[in-house]
Amino acid sequence: MDDNGGAFIVPVDVRIDRRGGKMSEQTSLRAPRLWNWHRIALFLPAMGLIGFFLIIPIGVIAIYSFLVPGVYGGVVWEFTTNAYRQFLFEQDLFTDEWAFNGAYLNIYGRSIGQAAVATIACLLVGFPTAYFIATRPPENRTIWLFLVTIPYWVNLLIRTLAVLFLLRDQGPINSFLMDWGVIEKPIRLAYTNFAIGFGLVYSYLPFMVLPIYASLERFDFSLMEAGYDLYAGRWTILRKVVLPVVAPGVVAGSLLVFIPSLGSFIAPDILGGGRNLMIGNLIALQFQGSRNWPFGSAAAMILLTLVLLALFFFARRQQGGLASSHG
Amino acid sequence: MSGRESSSQKSLRRYPGFRAVALMCLFLLYVPILVVAIYSFNDIRSITTWGGFSLKWYAKAFSNPQIQSATWNSLVIAVSAATIATCVATAAAMGMTRGRRFRGQGGVFAVISIPLMIPEIVTAVASLAFFLAIGFTLGLHTILIAHTVFCIPFAYLPIAARMQGIEKAFDEAAKDLYAGRWRAFRYVLLPMMTPAIISGYMLAFIISLDDFIITSLVAGPGSTTLPLAIYGLVRVGFSPEINAISTLLLLVSMIFVSASYLVSRIGRSN
Repeated sequence: MDDNGGAFIVPVDVRIDRRGGKMSEQTSLRAPRLWNWHRIALFLPAMGLIGFFLIIPIGVIAIYSFLVPGVYGGVVWEFTTNAYRQFLFEQDLFTDEWAFNGAYLNIYGRSIGQAAVATIACLLVGFPTAYFIATRPPENRTIWLFLVTIPYWVNLLIRTLAVLFLLRDQGPINSFLMDWGVIEKPIRLAYTNFAIGFGLVYSYLPFMVLPIYASLERFDFSLMEAGYDLYAGRWTILRKVVLPVVAPGVVAGSLLVFIPSLGSFIAPDILGGGRNLMIGNLIALQFQGSRNWPFGSAAAMILLTLVLLALFFFARRQQGGLASSHG
Repeated sequence: MSGRESSSQKSLRRYPGFRAVALMCLFLLYVPILVVAIYSFNDIRSITTWGGFSLKWYAKAFSNPQIQSATWNSLVIAVSAATIATCVATAAAMGMTRGRRFRGQGGVFAVISIPLMIPEIVTAVASLAFFLAIGFTLGLHTILIAHTVFCIPFAYLPIAARMQGIEKAFDEAAKDLYAGRWRAFRYVLLPMMTPAIISGYMLAFIISLDDFIITSLVAGPGSTTLPLAIYGLVRVGFSPEINAISTLLLLVSMIFVSASYLVSRIGRSN
């Protein structure tokens, strides 16, 4: 997922580049049909594993989302759309009537809000960082990129626990502030929406920096001088010359932060203290605790749909961007 | 861009505050994990006072039988999942990049990258529901299967990126010398690909070692991996032991990523 220094940053960068590239190639020239059995045999194991153990399972929960929940977990094979209706309405136990209930909608809304705030925060930190790296001498860039990338590969659970360790009431921040007499009681930092947001930014910040850097790397900085010659100010140039060029990188980075934030489980679970649920926790809960598989499946399908929609718009934008840069 | 630009040109590119933000970004990324690492060496439990350097929390963590068995499980799964994923990904990369483009290639690539696009929590519950639906009991084997699938694209991307860089001419030259398909692979392509394959293997290994969400759903009772064990300990309360084991895991990840990076660079410079 993340790299343009070749294999290393592979994750983020290659994915974007390659996808964009492939699409345009496919539409422009039709590749010959070449169904050579040797080649099919080579990629069949990978496709088979992913197909059988990931695509079929997604199909399974897609079906489960239209079934009736079993009493002890599992499903009863009976068609119903109740799992989806449950998002907006609550069925009265006695009268069987459906009444509006915004609780779940609220969780989705909060998740989207939380992910959006994290994305904006990542953008505010990530863009200047990427810009700064791109204007370093080439040999320093590698080191900077390396430093920014490394935390991504470090265990997400442990990084989130590190944030909790730092923010909790008995943690270093509160302890030192109290020792120095700045505060008398610990400030509540952990188990708040702020903590979740901080955790999300901390988790996915590298995803923002890398794609923006990748698009800045191709930016012709002499365009900026042209701007100065036309008496544009620094910030005008940033807005009107630099930003349009790096827009695809900004969009890619925003998606790479927004999507995992939206479905995040660890940050809200650990930093929210189980009280500030997000979509990911809601889904997991249906399969672990409250045991309503169809509802959990429906929640997962809705999340998946949101993510695929975001990716779809991104892919279209990328194509548009490519077309305009060629034209 | 040449290295010989006048300083005025360079200063035009600078924006006030960007350096500060970049430094803050690094600070933000590293401070939490550094703090955990530092406290793991503190002889006493205190947060505010330093009781001297000590490895006693490491010793304590290592002597915890739960952590021992979880470490062993994690290693077995990570090695197996990374091995299978790397083999499968190498084959797929060859099928995708050797020879002409074909129709449907984009589709194949899309399937291989699906594990990266689907939110992890969705993969996790889907795997759980599927394993139970086909009558599997949950355990180490279900973790292994889920990890293998999830690791494939991580191994595939660096390997395919490198393979695309290798000229087709090498294959053709080998065939001109009457090397069979297998010998051309064994003696020409494989040695050139080794750094990328190692690099992909290491990334797959870390991804498996670090995974928490998928593992926590498809793990059966008793089949605990290291992240699950750490999570269980934290539920009880923070202890310096957790800092110690976390620091070790951080170190392993960093070493592997750095090694993966260096190996892939060696591969490119050759």
